Amino acid sequence: MVKFENVTKSFGTITALDRVSFKIEKGEFVFVIGPSGAGKSTLIKLILKEYLPTEGTIQVDEVNLNEIPKKKIAEYRQKIGVVFQDFKLLGDGTVFENVALALRVLGKKPDEIEKKVATILDLVGLKDRAPFFPSQLSGGELQRVCLARAVVAEPDIILADEPTGNLDLGTGREIVELLKKINSTGKTVIMATHNFEIVNLLSQRVIELDKGKVISDQKKGKYHLK
Amino acid sequence: MKDHWRTTWTHMRRTPYQALAAILIMFLTFLISMVFVLTAGGFQIVLRYFETRPQVTAFLKDEATSSQVDAIKAKLAQTGKVKEVRYVSKEEALSIYREQNKNDPLLLEMVTANILPASLEVSTEGLTHLNEVAQILRDEQAVEEVIFQEDVVKTLDQWTKNIRRIGLGLMGFFGLVSILIILVIIGMKITLRKDEIEILQLLGASRWYIRVPFVLEGLFYGAVGAFLAWGIIYLLLLYLTSFILSFFQGISLLPVSPIFMLILLGTELIAGIVIGSLGSLLAVKRYLK
Repeated sequence: MVKFENVTKSFGTITALDRVSFKIEKGEFVFVIGPSGAGKSTLIKLILKEYLPTEGTIQVDEVNLNEIPKKKIAEYRQKIGVVFQDFKLLGDGTVFENVALALRVLGKKPDEIEKKVATILDLVGLKDRAPFFPSQLSGGELQRVCLARAVVAEPDIILADEPTGNLDLGTGREIVELLKKINSTGKTVIMATHNFEIVNLLSQRVIELDKGKVISDQKKGKYHLK
Repeated sequence: MKDHWRTTWTHMRRTPYQALAAILIMFLTFLISMVFVLTAGGFQIVLRYFETRPQVTAFLKDEATSSQVDAIKAKLAQTGKVKEVRYVSKEEALSIYREQNKNDPLLLEMVTANILPASLEVSTEGLTHLNEVAQILRDEQAVEEVIFQEDVVKTLDQWTKNIRRIGLGLMGFFGLVSILIILVIIGMKITLRKDEIEILQLLGASRWYIRVPFVLEGLFYGAVGAFLAWGIIYLLLLYLTSFILSFFQGISLLPVSPIFMLILLGTELIAGIVIGSLGSLLAVKRYLK
């Protein structure tokens, strides 16, 4: 469960999020939509505890993020998988090594890592790309590596920050379908996007932000360009 | 830990010149340290050698009687400042002279026991007693002349002290330089790997998971630098043994005991590990907030 209560995040005089409140239940698939600068990425970074809210409280699985000490942030982040728009992959690591990294930081044993990475690469359709380096992959493949890394450790929550931002519609659709597949296993998926075609493709909950405020929260929402 | 060592190795392989620079500076620090440790140790042995030699020699008049010699011995013993007194007769003096000049027959001709004086060779308990003992001997009627090696021993003592001081100063200075260089190199590596560190942090890697490879890197540089310095010094010692022995004839400076060298290796390795780890820990603390 992810709960925002009157969350405000300011950067100097700029207010990125303004008294935002919502609650996302376990196992939900939620799109956070809005134009550039609406506050979508800030919201994702707040959940990831990259930022601290200026005001208000954020609860993730009954834990108030404001109360998590610095030393425990790493432990908290291990429960969350993140997919980034710019992939954030190690350029000098292979596909296998990049995905394995999420398990290595958890201290998993090599044979367990090998098994899990193989399974997840199979799931995202990159089994044959395991020894490839990021520079040898297409944009869609890179995003699938990123997705594999986000889910390999079986986190409860998957955050995706504009995962289709650098992809064409067809590839973006594949990524979202993969996210939906992961969601069907009971994982909570929160995806920030401004891609209306992707949002309209799936009938899912949509939280719409504009200028840092929640302007709509629909159960089976659509994204209408203004 | 295997995982961390693998990461450390990857870090070093990707920036080999920085790794080489770090190892070289550590090598230089330990090379200088070992040169000074061994030189100071050598001087200590030379000093001890001179301290154990008879430091005061009193040449006796030809008419000196054995009762006078015994009286002098007793007087010296009473002071409590004398370790040993040895009487060297004219005949013994001649055989010593012959031994010392055996390769020069010209010097051996015409010299008989009669022209060489008998003497008393005195070792004192400490260098501070030399003057006092020499004065007692000078006051004796049976004594013709007194000579003592005060200057040699004092100079050696001063040299040993100076070498120790300069050595400690240089060791401290280079130790500090090494720590700073490791700090800068590891700092640069942290900056270069900023993106990778950010990814690790976002994936939930603990602080220590991120820090350990950098600390291990500093530790590795220190240990390798220390080991190389030890190896080079040991080889040099073995190579120069015959030269050193011929230079310091009669003083058993070499060979250095292998156990001593192993203890030295252990100490250097520990110091290397401490210096390397300290430099990298400071870098990690400074650059990985």
